Amino acid sequence: MPTLVPRRLSEALDALADDPSLTVLAGGTDVMVGVNYGQRRPAGVLSLRRVPELRGWHVDDDEVVLGSATTYTDLLAPDLARRLPALAAAARTVGSPPIRNTGTIGGNIGTASPAGDTLPVLFAVEAQVEVASAGGTRTVPVSEVVVGPKRTALAAGELVTAVRVPVAAGPQEFLKVGVRNAMVIAIASCALVVDLTRRQVTCALGSVGPVPVRDTAAEMWLRARVDWDGGRLSHQSVVEGFGRRMAAAARPIDDHRAPAAYRRYAIEILARRALERAWCAS
Amino acid sequence: MVRVVRAEAYELVVNGVVRRVDGALETESLLRVLRDRLGLPGAKNACEQGECGSCSVLVDGVLVCSCLELAAAAAGCEVTTIEGFAPEGASAGAEPSDALLTDVQQAMVDAGGVQCGFCTPGFVVAIHDLLDRVPRPTGPEVREALAGNLCRCTGYGRILAAVEQVVSVRTAGPAT
Repeated sequence: MPTLVPRRLSEALDALADDPSLTVLAGGTDVMVGVNYGQRRPAGVLSLRRVPELRGWHVDDDEVVLGSATTYTDLLAPDLARRLPALAAAARTVGSPPIRNTGTIGGNIGTASPAGDTLPVLFAVEAQVEVASAGGTRTVPVSEVVVGPKRTALAAGELVTAVRVPVAAGPQEFLKVGVRNAMVIAIASCALVVDLTRRQVTCALGSVGPVPVRDTAAEMWLRARVDWDGGRLSHQSVVEGFGRRMAAAARPIDDHRAPAAYRRYAIEILARRALERAWCAS
Repeated sequence: MVRVVRAEAYELVVNGVVRRVDGALETESLLRVLRDRLGLPGAKNACEQGECGSCSVLVDGVLVCSCLELAAAAAGCEVTTIEGFAPEGASAGAEPSDALLTDVQQAMVDAGGVQCGFCTPGFVVAIHDLLDRVPRPTGPEVREALAGNLCRCTGYGRILAAVEQVVSVRTAGPAT
């Protein structure tokens, strides 16, 4: 079977329409591990590495539109990082420099791993995913694309082409726990996003559920306990209360990386710390 | 036109030389093709999951783990392996010679950063990549840049010392 290396998005979409069973290779940092270990035997590969339309980013009003082939290294560039600080913080925790040079945000969405590092951020900022097929395009909230562990709602023949992320309108945090700082798959992670304009706080947890976990009741609880005019929390007990609420919202499992109880414990601390840091920074 | 690369025959540009790859399997990684088809064993095969950095190479000037690159999808890209760094190490099968080391390789030798040597090619590629981008990295920048390269012998101190040596020589002003 051939490896297809299209140079235009339209060619990639036509190829996928002809054969929806093609394995789509974005960065390849997940797919190739499976291939090397004989767990995946693709009948054919569609590589997106040479499609310039999927690279690059631009600002559209109050959103950044990231091509799906934007790498983690790209997300660390100062121009992007200052607009999307939580996404940059998450990108910096992915693997090592060579992995960050290779892996892409579109691949993180398509792989839909419960431990995907950018996913809690994308859920917290309510990113929109642009999806295309030979038949047309659609824009879908990320929470309706990443729907289960390693499961997306992409239809046969569809590709993620871009991600629309709101420009930060307040402090943002991303925190992650693993066995070391580098090269680590998250045991638990937490993205916290403050929007000073709309006066809301959103929070999504990673690696403690089949998909990133949000608790809108806890977010509303928190929102009502912020002194928005004074730019601070109404009382220190809010930090503890929020940590407890997010820990309760987590749905962790025991696995070879960590027991569920540890993950829940870690989430309580991460949520608390993220809140403290966000408000210190504002 | 969709470029179709057939695994049975395609071309890679390795260390500036067009190399024909014959008979590779569809799913072979760049690492396997370099080592097993093209006779370039400098990039080492250890984890095959991007964890250890011992297979580090540059593809179109970008540091990557060659085990995570699908070789057929890299057709037409410029691949630089450790064999391509030292002045005369580029040709396949050339014997390594002490006299033909890069400054990074020499510093690794001088500082005792090479013990069993298995991780060394990956470190050397990663150190060259770092110092080409950031000529005077801070200590934390060096550690972050090399965080994807594992060494089980040295404890890293001597490798970090080698980086320091290269930086101090490269950034020294002219002798007065």
